[in-house]
Amino acid sequence: MNLTSQDYQVLAPYILLTAWACVLLLVDLFIPKERKSVTALLAALGLAVTLGVTLSQVGIEQVGFFNMAALDGFSTFVNALLLVSGILGIALAHGYVKRMGIERGEYYTLLLFSVSGMMLMAQATDLIIVFIALELLSIPLYVLAAFARPQLSSEEAGMKYFLLGAFATGFVVYGTALVFGATGTTSLAGIVAAAASPSTSTLLLTIGAALVLVGFGFKVAAVPFHMWTPDVYQGAPTAVTAFMASGAKIAGFAALLRVFATAFPALAVDMTAVLWALAALTMIVGNVIAISQTDIKRMLAYSSIAHAGYILMAFVPYGNPAVRDVSIAAGLFYLVAYAFTNFGAWGVVIALEKKEEKGLAIADYAGLGRKHPLLAAAMTVFMLSLVGLPPTLGLVGKVYLFRAVIAGGFTGLAIIGVLTSLISAYYYLRVVVTMYMKEGEPETVRETWLSLTTALTAIVTVVFSLLPQSLFEWASTAVLKLF
Amino acid sequence: MNPWIFVGLFFVVGLLIPVGAIGIAWLLGPKKPNPIKQSVYECGIETVGESWVQFKAQYYIFALVFLVFDVETVFLFPWAVKLGALGLFAVIEGIIFILILVAGLVYTWRKGMLEWA
Amino acid sequence: MIPVEYYIILSAILFAIGVAGVLVRRNALIIFMSIELMLNSANLAIVAFSSVLKSFSGQVFVFFVIAVAAAEVAVGLALMVEIFKAKHSIDVDQMNSLKG
Repeated sequence: MNLTSQDYQVLAPYILLTAWACVLLLVDLFIPKERKSVTALLAALGLAVTLGVTLSQVGIEQVGFFNMAALDGFSTFVNALLLVSGILGIALAHGYVKRMGIERGEYYTLLLFSVSGMMLMAQATDLIIVFIALELLSIPLYVLAAFARPQLSSEEAGMKYFLLGAFATGFVVYGTALVFGATGTTSLAGIVAAAASPSTSTLLLTIGAALVLVGFGFKVAAVPFHMWTPDVYQGAPTAVTAFMASGAKIAGFAALLRVFATAFPALAVDMTAVLWALAALTMIVGNVIAISQTDIKRMLAYSSIAHAGYILMAFVPYGNPAVRDVSIAAGLFYLVAYAFTNFGAWGVVIALEKKEEKGLAIADYAGLGRKHPLLAAAMTVFMLSLVGLPPTLGLVGKVYLFRAVIAGGFTGLAIIGVLTSLISAYYYLRVVVTMYMKEGEPETVRETWLSLTTALTAIVTVVFSLLPQSLFEWASTAVLKLF
Repeated sequence: MNPWIFVGLFFVVGLLIPVGAIGIAWLLGPKKPNPIKQSVYECGIETVGESWVQFKAQYYIFALVFLVFDVETVFLFPWAVKLGALGLFAVIEGIIFILILVAGLVYTWRKGMLEWA
Repeated sequence: MIPVEYYIILSAILFAIGVAGVLVRRNALIIFMSIELMLNSANLAIVAFSSVLKSFSGQVFVFFVIAVAAAEVAVGLALMVEIFKAKHSIDVDQMNSLKG
């Protein structure tokens, strides 16, 4: 049993990024304190090179490492999105950490490690690898959440994220143990084969799958496993929150998707009802609680919970072969829309944030429309996109989602989705109203990379909504070969 | 005979010996308590200050670094057992694995965490 | 030979104790110990299953769980020490500097 170059080709982007991160960790030791921008640049360069390798692999389909990892359209699509998220995360963080006095080279190294974990997650076709990837993405995020030490709120955010994250890991591992006991294998393909044989204990398999679902529910912040989200998103440095909100969600959903769609199609009958309830609850609770928030970080945290609910909708029909392709493609498309909108919105928050957690109340946005019309226009685009109003990517994403869910026969869920979107219009548009209708003297910072990121994400949010077809087609081809 | 009986027997005997020893001492020993006898015993010297002293945080970082490196060795045991069958390829993989650990060690070193002061 | 069911039942009990500990106890250190109990109950289950199934992949998985748990310990304890330095308490109910 030997590995061939084919095996390495499967994980080439992941290996490249991990090696880059290891070397960067050492290189950073010799970069003087006042020149940490070099580390940021090197980290971004690593992500860009990896993105190049990933894009060069479009169209390649193969498995490697004894069926433990796969390279397919799905993983390429998700990895490209993750790498772009990583680059945006560094662009947002670069000025922010400097301004907040928490600039250390480890920030960028940890971010690279986290991205590499997320990428492995999208490629994993074995529960052991899923577990390792989950930890590789989570542990750096725990540290990043507490990165603003000795500021107490950041440390507490790290602590809470750590405890709840480790708790979730416990569920994933125990679930994996039971699945292993029921089927005798941890390989996703092996589980499907074993589940078909009558000697397999369905009870053990169902409990195992349910425990894995609980673990991932924590990771993607689905209600009722969302309690940590507002506190962690509020306490963590804003640039970390921006990265965490998109990256961890994309990776969590990618793993959920691959594990459930490829390993547990036999359990779809039981799981559909559970997923239905989870999605509905998440949308309702996230949007309703967001209304009463006065802090922009907490509001966006609840908004991110609500969006986890929308994305979960795409999973509900996963057992129905007629619609699952299109609904999962819709889910992927929505992840793209959410990632760009999310980074943009957090970018605006970073532009207004001042030291000691000032400038984070929604009231602080008063007068932004008059004083900084471009920034206010960008924020308006992001808020419209989060509600799902034209002309934004958020609208297109929701249209695809609702269409897929209705095609799957879950009209009730689609109605809940539309109604909660209407509720969400209230609190998103309140920000817009505050910016344009109220008087105030907001202060913002001007940083090249921050402005560029905000402008870029705003443009993507608008322009791609006008020509969504090509992106959706890419998402569809990504899903096609998954089963 | 059920092999579990031996385990039970072992448990009972194991319990009886210390209970017996303490019981006999309690039965036969003289009981003349006084304040000095009842004071907290700590190596014969009276306690000075609080027991809640802060240790230098350096020690605990040492412990954490040790912990991580210590546990990583579990991967070397199966590797060492199968090394003969796997050949050169496994040797290279093992070297890469150790190099990654060394990178961690170099990092800790450069950060000054290995200074004992 | 002890039947495998016993191990699985024991591991389920340990897992339940761990979950209950996380939900009931308020000291961050004890919560963390409960989480470790959950992980190790899973390890017990995996080892028991893999001895029945004569499968080595399960035992390798346990190695990974142990190693990852150690990495988690390092991060978690470091966080706890930092918070204890600032507040002289690691009671999760007193971690209330974050409120909406």
